[in-house]
Amino acid sequence: MRTIRIGSGAGYSGDRIEPAVELAEKGDIQYLVFECLGERTVALAQQARMKNPEGGYDPLLEERMRAVLPVCGAKGIKIVTNMGAANPEAAARRTAEIAKSLGLSSLKIAAIVGDDVLDACKDGDLPIMEFDGTIKQLGNRLLSANAYLGAEPMAEALIAGADIVITGRASDPALFLAPMIHAFGWAMDDWNLLGQGTVAGHLLECAGQITGGYFADPGYKDVPDLARLGFPIGEVGEDGSLVITKVKGSGGAVTARTCKEQLLYEVHDPRQYFQPDVVADFSQVTIEEIGPDRVRVSGGRGHQRTDTLKVSVGYVDSYIGEGQISYAGPGALARGRLALEIVRERLKLTGVASSELRFELVGVDSLHGAEVSSHANEPYEVRVRVAGRTENLREAVRIGNEVETLYTNGPAAGGGAWKSARDVVAVASVLLPRELAKPQVRFVGA
Amino acid sequence: MKLREIAHSRTGDKGNISNISVIAYDAKHYPLLREQVTSERVKAHFAGVVEGEVVRYELPNLSALNFVMAQALGGGVTRSLALDAHGKSLSSALLDLDIEPGSDDK
Repeated sequence: MRTIRIGSGAGYSGDRIEPAVELAEKGDIQYLVFECLGERTVALAQQARMKNPEGGYDPLLEERMRAVLPVCGAKGIKIVTNMGAANPEAAARRTAEIAKSLGLSSLKIAAIVGDDVLDACKDGDLPIMEFDGTIKQLGNRLLSANAYLGAEPMAEALIAGADIVITGRASDPALFLAPMIHAFGWAMDDWNLLGQGTVAGHLLECAGQITGGYFADPGYKDVPDLARLGFPIGEVGEDGSLVITKVKGSGGAVTARTCKEQLLYEVHDPRQYFQPDVVADFSQVTIEEIGPDRVRVSGGRGHQRTDTLKVSVGYVDSYIGEGQISYAGPGALARGRLALEIVRERLKLTGVASSELRFELVGVDSLHGAEVSSHANEPYEVRVRVAGRTENLREAVRIGNEVETLYTNGPAAGGGAWKSARDVVAVASVLLPRELAKPQVRFVGA
Repeated sequence: MKLREIAHSRTGDKGNISNISVIAYDAKHYPLLREQVTSERVKAHFAGVVEGEVVRYELPNLSALNFVMAQALGGGVTRSLALDAHGKSLSSALLDLDIEPGSDDK
């Protein structure tokens, strides 16, 4: 039976660089995937592209490509990534320049376009899933609308001979499904194979989160050598069989436990994991350790895909103003609470307009609120934090100012004040009829 | 005993929805999880954090439960005022839940 090995070189845009190099050098992989596009990143990238028509792709594209291209080029390892963000064609052109500068000008580089469905969404005035309202009601706050594309266009690019495929918004598991379709010629209506392939993609897409990252809990779940965490490899067979492993000698661990945690990560109903290519069913999955850092994952299934694609809509939501200041030593908690009361009153007295406010003490109750954290003991130090949502930047600035002025107007011995005010680009979702997104493969220089 | 003694957990986020897996270290404790870690208890444990419904899914093959909690992330990861906008730290809070040990564990 034919088998391929797919490496996962990044689980988010800012991820470590060198584990991907280790995968390419020592992982015996044929494909290297970089998942670098967070929910809202494409909306921010769209703003960057509006300022610079050759911008709008991942800021670490150059660093990652320079790190892995020499070895990937030499070994014929194919790269699939969503680092194209809001401008896959510019990212592909830039990658071609980098390849050329490394003496790799024969590499074929493809961009996938067509995830930008802003016009189609506006025409349809689609309803927003997370709150009452439609696309049109967002008015000039609307920034971007990008459909989660499936594996098909990426697989098409690989079949046409691409060495590097750069996409914008695509479903994360689809980045991994595309190599499987390329290697094995899976039919796009073989729902069970696509479902099991989605299990593989889902497990691999967050890179280090399945090799011991986001997992260690000393004394309960110990993980060796997290500073040198190895990123995962999916060994996928033509029949969908899957083993998760990593480079021998790298840090971290691949165990049944790390795989179980990652299988359920960001999953709602395990029987219905909606993807552009398939509705995957994780409910019958079994997980079995078959050797050191080798875990077999079986039983993923699937059902026919839906008629719609999920679209991530970026919009300007609000502004957030924030301030922080620290208190320590005896009475720190009481002074911290007094500080919060002062700021609460000041914001009222000075008429700061905000729709939502948080008053909390970092180290005491900031993560889970007063109720959940009520049995905590008195800490040595506390950090006051006040954050509020406003309609404009001017109001947001006033919130941080009211914390900063605690220096000379608040309780004794407050130190390390910090403030910020920023606009908030948020994302919401709509469902777009599938046929309205028209993905295309474009080769650099074609 | 605390849930932490018999289970591990991971939090994931999508929009304003948080999901928390609760996975038995040993399959023999899965019945305890099913019996005692109910949606109602999870909802009560996160009073002041989770405003919406808590739905539980069972994965007997993995000895795991998956809790899906609506209106749990301060209006959504991309707009929340919270320090931990993703709710990454919620899993650790859930492991603090008290569990009545089974007859084998006393």
